[in-house]
Amino acid sequence: MMRTHDLAGLAKTASILRSRIIETSSKTGTPHLGSCLSCVDILTALYFDVLNIDPVNPKAPDRDRCILSKGHGAMGLFHVLAERGFYPLSDLDSYGQDGGVFAEHPPTPEHLAGIEAATGSLGHGLPLGLGMAMAGRIQGRRYKVYVVLGDGECNEGSVWEAAMLASAQHVSNLCVIVDFNKWQATGRSQEVMALDPLADKWKAFGWNAVEVDGHDFEELLGALDHFPGTNGRPTAIIAHTVKGKGVSFMEDDNNWHYRIPTADEVIQAKKDLGVLQ
Amino acid sequence: MRNAFADEMTKLAATDPRLVVLSGDIGNKLFDKFKAVDELRFYNCGIAEANMMGVAAGMALSGLRPFVYTITPFTTTRCFEQIRVDVCYHHAPVVIVGTGSGLSYSDLGPTHHSLEDMAILRTLPGMRVVAPCDASELRQVLHEVLKDNSPTYIRIGKKGEADIHEATPDLKLGKVLVIRTGIDVALFCAGNMMAETLKAADLLAQSGVFAEVVSFHTVKPLDTDYLTQAAKRFKLVVTVEEHSRIGGFGSAVAEWRMSQKHQITQVSFGTDDVFMHEVGTQAYARNKFGLTADNIASSILATLGK
Repeated sequence: MMRTHDLAGLAKTASILRSRIIETSSKTGTPHLGSCLSCVDILTALYFDVLNIDPVNPKAPDRDRCILSKGHGAMGLFHVLAERGFYPLSDLDSYGQDGGVFAEHPPTPEHLAGIEAATGSLGHGLPLGLGMAMAGRIQGRRYKVYVVLGDGECNEGSVWEAAMLASAQHVSNLCVIVDFNKWQATGRSQEVMALDPLADKWKAFGWNAVEVDGHDFEELLGALDHFPGTNGRPTAIIAHTVKGKGVSFMEDDNNWHYRIPTADEVIQAKKDLGVLQ
Repeated sequence: MRNAFADEMTKLAATDPRLVVLSGDIGNKLFDKFKAVDELRFYNCGIAEANMMGVAAGMALSGLRPFVYTITPFTTTRCFEQIRVDVCYHHAPVVIVGTGSGLSYSDLGPTHHSLEDMAILRTLPGMRVVAPCDASELRQVLHEVLKDNSPTYIRIGKKGEADIHEATPDLKLGKVLVIRTGIDVALFCAGNMMAETLKAADLLAQSGVFAEVVSFHTVKPLDTDYLTQAAKRFKLVVTVEEHSRIGGFGSAVAEWRMSQKHQITQVSFGTDDVFMHEVGTQAYARNKFGLTADNIASSILATLGK
């Protein structure tokens, strides 16, 4: 029987998170806002519906693991973890300050609860997640591992090395979600490295691959409900997303890979998100 | 040494369920007995070392003790960033084993030489760098690395290296093993040059120079306690390694010397700052770089003015 999902509640949570992320970017001068906004719905679906995790016991051996391999989306992940209860939201007041842990990329698990791997250099999260998934099998644990990749990140050869080994070893408790926002730092991901057809690439590497609207919780959770597949293969969900999603003047504008919103732009963004009347 | 590695790992795996071996598409037969212990704990990760290192780190972060095994350049320089980020930044207890290190695969050409591995790996915070001189040291090292959760790099030869220790040594990581005591000069060796170093000591003895011979199986952390007392006893120390003279064991000792008040002279034997473009056996390559007992002994005698 399929689980039921609080789709409206998830959408509301995602809007609040987007609003907080934009405020943090403006206040601290942290870039990669567009990249954070494209994956917020994916992270919201995972952390508020899918993952078997307990903020009170973040190292529980049987917990599900989630790695944000596109580490430049850390600002989004930090807000997700705060909202999920791993630490108080007020901890993020130290964002970007000397001596703190909240910066442009996730720190190591030893330095922040809820983090499974320090990322930032691209192409590392999937091999790490694959190792965690294989470890679960060796140890007889039933946890699942989720890795969120960027489409630009799929330029990295290590992603495809991991894809081949996961397939060869039938690591079915491993799920990749590609935040396919069609942009990387300096251009369209298709123009830079001919990424399409992306789902076919994962299928050719022996994975179950499905394409969804990465901002539609029903589609996202529908795909996640079908993981793990029954054929022993790892799963790839190609989530079509929009960079800067949720804010009219940021959507699909790659300037927001590095631009920082002004105070006026924050107000306008909040209106777009419906969190400011 | 590689046979000793496979044999000791098989014994350890029988009692330690955390042990996993990841191989980069080499040594398949070598690990048949290991696989017989538990086939779920041996993985041929293919010719994809960057992924293999990340997989090892992921396993280590999940409570296992993975050993990554392949030919030295491919498990060090090939995937240095994965070692830096996945292993060392996370302080994940991965043991990286480079086989055929130094000039062991001399006749395969510079793609298979590894003369930079200790230099780059010892720069990484938290990384332990180990170069056992023979199979018995290696076996002890494998036991010792499992006693804590530090990432470790072990560089080993291939096969057929001479046994140095007659009995199993009482090896502790970070503490030297004095093979032979001496009074006139100290010969420090890291790794597979020990047999040649002992021959050099024999030649020196024939000239009335009595050399202390020491196995620095642990290049990082250096045994500074031993070095401090050695500095009081010797005016000349000599380092020997099958590795570039830039950045390796000799450099580590030189870095330590900089912190000392007493003037100590050091002579370093290692490979030159060149790629070897001509074909040659390990013996040929060692001779080319002066890594022979004759050259080591005569150079020391010249330095001593004898």
